[in-house]
Amino acid sequence: MSRVNLVLLAVLLVCALATVNSSHQARLLFADLENEQNRQKQIEVEWGQLQLEQSTWAKHALVESIAARQLGMRTPDPRRLSFVVPASLAPAQATLPGTPAESK
Amino acid sequence: MTAAATTRHSAPSHSAGSPVLQLRLPLWRSRMLLAVVFIGFMALVGRAVFLQAWNTDFLQQKGESRYSRIVEIPAYRGKITDRNGEILASSTPVRSIWAIPDDVKATRDQLRELSRVLDVPLADLDKKLADQDREFVYLKRQLPPEEAEKVTELNIPGLYQQREFRRYYPAGEVASHVLGFTGVDEVGQEGIELAFQQSLAGKAGSRRVIKDRRGSVIEDVASIQTPREGRDLALSIDSKIQYLAYSQLKLAVEMHKAKAGGIIVIDARSGEVLALANLPTFNPNNRSNLTGAQLRNRVLTDTFEPGSVMKPFTVSLALEQGKVTPDTVIQTAPGRLTIGTSTITDAHTLGALTVAEVIEKSSNIGTAKMAMQLEREDMWTMFNRAGFGIAPQVQFPGAVSGKVRPAKTWRPIEQVTMAYGYGLSVSLLQLARAYTVFARDGDIIPVSFVKTDGPALGTQIITPKVAHEMRDMLELAAGPHGTAPRAQIMGYRVAGKTGTAHKQEGNGYAEHKYRATFVGMAPASSPRLIVAVMIDEPTDGRYFGGDVSGPVFSAVMSSALRALGVPPDAPMKPIVMPSAAEQVREST
Repeated sequence: MSRVNLVLLAVLLVCALATVNSSHQARLLFADLENEQNRQKQIEVEWGQLQLEQSTWAKHALVESIAARQLGMRTPDPRRLSFVVPASLAPAQATLPGTPAESK
Repeated sequence: MTAAATTRHSAPSHSAGSPVLQLRLPLWRSRMLLAVVFIGFMALVGRAVFLQAWNTDFLQQKGESRYSRIVEIPAYRGKITDRNGEILASSTPVRSIWAIPDDVKATRDQLRELSRVLDVPLADLDKKLADQDREFVYLKRQLPPEEAEKVTELNIPGLYQQREFRRYYPAGEVASHVLGFTGVDEVGQEGIELAFQQSLAGKAGSRRVIKDRRGSVIEDVASIQTPREGRDLALSIDSKIQYLAYSQLKLAVEMHKAKAGGIIVIDARSGEVLALANLPTFNPNNRSNLTGAQLRNRVLTDTFEPGSVMKPFTVSLALEQGKVTPDTVIQTAPGRLTIGTSTITDAHTLGALTVAEVIEKSSNIGTAKMAMQLEREDMWTMFNRAGFGIAPQVQFPGAVSGKVRPAKTWRPIEQVTMAYGYGLSVSLLQLARAYTVFARDGDIIPVSFVKTDGPALGTQIITPKVAHEMRDMLELAAGPHGTAPRAQIMGYRVAGKTGTAHKQEGNGYAEHKYRATFVGMAPASSPRLIVAVMIDEPTDGRYFGGDVSGPVFSAVMSSALRALGVPPDAPMKPIVMPSAAEQVREST
């Protein structure tokens, strides 16, 4: 009888230690998860800021002024434009009196 | 009993000799000891029951508070993007620095450093911190996180930081009237920010966690309030067209030294608003010194007497009822028409005109003569179905209804003046929307500030035949012999109508104050866009809708059509401008 008790005691001790260990592991993993989630939030914030920055740099006013002043670009004369019309829309285009392609 | 006890005590032979055990003690002493021990145990049991049963909640709470914490989960306000996903408004975290003046212990050097980091004059800091009665004072609001970090490094006791969000609008003043703005607490106050406050606003949540000795979270116990992130919103605005519209409007307002201006671009197929701009405007990122005039969204909230832009509605009613055809000839000579005691005039004597020419040359008398053949109730119904006098169904704060009086109060002269746009008031948004009737096959569609999928469902108000006839007439009006030759665009057929209305002032019309409007569509063969332009009080001498607003229309429309890749429907020939002598001036 006492031998059975001793065996049970040993099993109990092992189980208890295993519980301690796994709960410690769980906490470590949870702390990692928490860190990663914080990082995710931080990255999201950074992404938002970068989007804002991109929007600011790509502001049409800025693009226009750089194109016109620094690069000396300008809107082409409509007569020199040629419109490529997808085949599905072509019939309406074909009946036009002077198509853009001709006047180019 | 006594004998038994004595026997037991004296029984062990080895202790028989001890004198202490020989003592005969009174029985009550042992009884009393027993009673005392018993009472002591009872007290412990009582206490245990008290703690376990009555006080348990309080105690458990106390225990928990040693290790568990409630953590706030911040929620973001949704982003606002244009139809192509470009950011128009976005929130980023910032920190506000606040202090308990009483607790602040800082050396002069620290304060000087703080004033440098916060960019607040030292004197101001001193003044704020000197107020010992207050327990809370903001030193600086909405500081970027990097700057706030420097404040933390100063390590001054009594200073605290509060996490907040700040809204940025990268498009600045270009789209300010569409977007509106939020207050410092991130609640929408104008425009889309106000209209969609419910869905844009996030709701911060909280959760209970267990923290260890070092303060890091080791276990998630329960979520108390799940946070709700603000929903992102895609507007119908096309930021490229928005910029074009804004910059062209600005050029025109500056060139004509006008008081104000407004422009709206609508997609004729879906009813989506692609651009909306007003002048004067404001920068939503820096809203100090704002005036009411800058804030006003004139396109939606200003109503005005539209003038000639109303004529197409009267004429289409006459066409619809079969009173006239586009070729019916109407005599407008001698340029004056007396109704009752009032006389209406045309700017020029135009002679006999067909109905199409009445629209082309914008003759008041021609329109008046057609209106005289119509029932006033029918005219009212036409205006009403075109959306005039009714607040437009848009999700936008402050859209006004304008004013169209009930038909039974119209006097004959009023019926006639209303036919060419005096005696009623409309907003530019209503005008642009009403013109979807001519841009489409006679049906009017609702407008939307939010990106929609697919074409809109319209309400038929005139027959497709009349709509096409009217569009042809409007094309004449925007042609070389019409009132708005400057609205023409190379490569595209354009249809539209000018309006030059005297502004009302007090009881009459101001002598030299005008409002120049132009509402038009292109390409006329199958309209894709409607652009409505309004310039308020141009003061450089020119004031006709065709001269002032027409060029804005032309510039915005041509760039917008190109941006959208709409194929041209006219030959690429230089546009024909009339010589100064033959230029047609409208009278209203």
